[in-house]
Amino acid sequence: MKQLFGRPQGLTDVLQRYCPGCGHGIVHRIIGDLLVKLDIRERAVGIAPVGCSVFADEYFNCDMIQPPHGRGPAVSTGIKRARPDCFVFSYQGDGDLAAIGTAEIVHAAARNENITIIFINNAIFGMTGGQLAPTTLPGMRSTTSVQGRDIKTQGYPIKVCELLAGLDGPHYLVRTAVNAPKNIIATEKALKTAFVNQLENKGFSMVEILSMCPTNWGLTPIQSKKWIDDTMIKYYPLGEYRNRAKEER
Amino acid sequence: MPQVKILEEVCKGCGLCCDDVCPVNILILANRINSSGYHPAEVTDNTKCTGCGYCFKICPEPAIEVYK
Amino acid sequence: MPERKLMYGNHAIVEGVIAAGCRFFAGYPITPQNEIPEFMSIRMNEIGGVFIQTESEIAAINMLFGAAAAGKRAMTSSSSPGISLMQEGISYIAGADIPVLVVNVIRGGPGLGNIAPAQSDYYQGTKGGGHGDYFTITLAPNSVQELYEFPKLAFELAEKYRNPALILADGLLGQMMEPVEFTQAPVDPDTLREPPYALSGCKGRERRVVRSYDLKPGKLEEMNWQRLKKYQKIQETEQRFEATACDDAELVIIAYGTCARVCDAAVRIARAKGQKIGLLRPITLWPFPNKIMSEMSKRIKNFLVVEMNMGQMIDDVKLATECRSKIHFHGRPGGGVPTPPEIYEKIKTIMGGA
Repeated sequence: MKQLFGRPQGLTDVLQRYCPGCGHGIVHRIIGDLLVKLDIRERAVGIAPVGCSVFADEYFNCDMIQPPHGRGPAVSTGIKRARPDCFVFSYQGDGDLAAIGTAEIVHAAARNENITIIFINNAIFGMTGGQLAPTTLPGMRSTTSVQGRDIKTQGYPIKVCELLAGLDGPHYLVRTAVNAPKNIIATEKALKTAFVNQLENKGFSMVEILSMCPTNWGLTPIQSKKWIDDTMIKYYPLGEYRNRAKEER
Repeated sequence: MPQVKILEEVCKGCGLCCDDVCPVNILILANRINSSGYHPAEVTDNTKCTGCGYCFKICPEPAIEVYK
Repeated sequence: MPERKLMYGNHAIVEGVIAAGCRFFAGYPITPQNEIPEFMSIRMNEIGGVFIQTESEIAAINMLFGAAAAGKRAMTSSSSPGISLMQEGISYIAGADIPVLVVNVIRGGPGLGNIAPAQSDYYQGTKGGGHGDYFTITLAPNSVQELYEFPKLAFELAEKYRNPALILADGLLGQMMEPVEFTQAPVDPDTLREPPYALSGCKGRERRVVRSYDLKPGKLEEMNWQRLKKYQKIQETEQRFEATACDDAELVIIAYGTCARVCDAAVRIARAKGQKIGLLRPITLWPFPNKIMSEMSKRIKNFLVVEMNMGQMIDDVKLATECRSKIHFHGRPGGGVPTPPEIYEKIKTIMGGA
């Protein structure tokens, strides 16, 4: 029998330690697929963040580096400038990218650095136990906003795609989700575009992916899928925020 | 004929594939538990499988393979 | 005869870095080392190297981490507050056993301090600097010539031991002009071998991972013990110093960098007046040249430590001399630079009372 779908060679055999229903694994699988389908696994260098996906350096079947919290875009820049033939991707969560690493992501985008960023937005700090993230929705509960995010004292969430779209630099900015097959297929397409952009020296591409964190949301995996549809997408609308390829046409 | 295969020992029983993902509704969580203590997904009627791969796509592990 | 040229110290560093085959610079402007990024931007453009003016020192050190992990010689420069910002990155780089070169043209501190020359980052530069158990290989040049020569030495030591290297200069050395002899045969970066850790894509080999963490029980402890062996080997084999007029000396001054130049003049004043004074100049601040000091302390009763700070290296001198000698101190914190007569007065006080 012919295998239609199965674990891609772009992932190692290591079993992932994410919680049941976590969206990270879905995105990992898509990246692992693309590394093989685009024939770039053997020249790829991946950057693992600090957070739940810190162990991504064990999961992706390519060269990997694990730098300080939030500095993925800077480390990516160093690798890409030192070895322009390498395919460089930085995998980051919302604490990593939108809190401590805000300066690095903004300036990498402004420089239109020829790298690919995969940004997992699950509106919460996962690894440290469910604290408020820069992406936590107004009124949403976390372990440091037990009554719900109070915008008077804790401010508003950061919409990263919209923020970076204010810059002239970036080539491709898109927001997708992995809560349903339709959205996953859109994520596959977006990531493929983001990868190909780098191979064609187009510059900075970022795919922001709304992803489930059932454990820290206090929901079941099924409820989590639904919560993305009913609540999260309303605050973080899906779609392209920048696509220079279309503008140029 | 397409067929779904569940890698029971890899499955964490999250159930993402058992909701409305399968167009022909042939995935459920089993009553038994695997060695990690999860109720793995199981296929109720593989003859109905259309090979669409939706269950594979939403599986975070991935603990699902689809054959033809 | 090699070519001779009158140069600023900061410009000499740039030429030294390029002669060493480094083609990657990332940094953020800060006084008194701005001539390094400025001149580097011109020179890297001329020779097809990478120059990135970063958004912060934090970004700079992490770009170095990436470039060096990719197997290339990479350097950054900054001054005290900027070096503080880099410490997290230096700790990660040390924890991942990756060689990089960081130049600190020290200014007065703490805080924003001032832009005058200082040696107040001695502790930071010799005791690790960031979090966790580690050391950097730290060199202290005292002339524009050495600013030109030390980058190559620093890269070679860094790569030999897979460890970050630091050059501690100060605002005075960076800003002054002296003739430089271009003694270094330029290293062609293409002739440097790809190091065994280099992230370059896993074609034809096992994939590589560069990281500083390991959560498996006992594993990090094991890694740290392993690293200690490396540090012990560096301490055993790489201590560098320069001893001037120490053979018959009754008092030996210990000073590095700018202070060593001032003290050298003070030694000459004292010698001219018949006083037997020597100068021991540490060139490696880590590994600290404690073997020669231990040896000297067996016959020399008095040491005078001179630093442009409140007294930091004096701790290492005390440890090295193992309580056998009396350790005197003369310091100028906050951007003060001592003068030869000032040092000579201190010598007179010690010798008179000795």
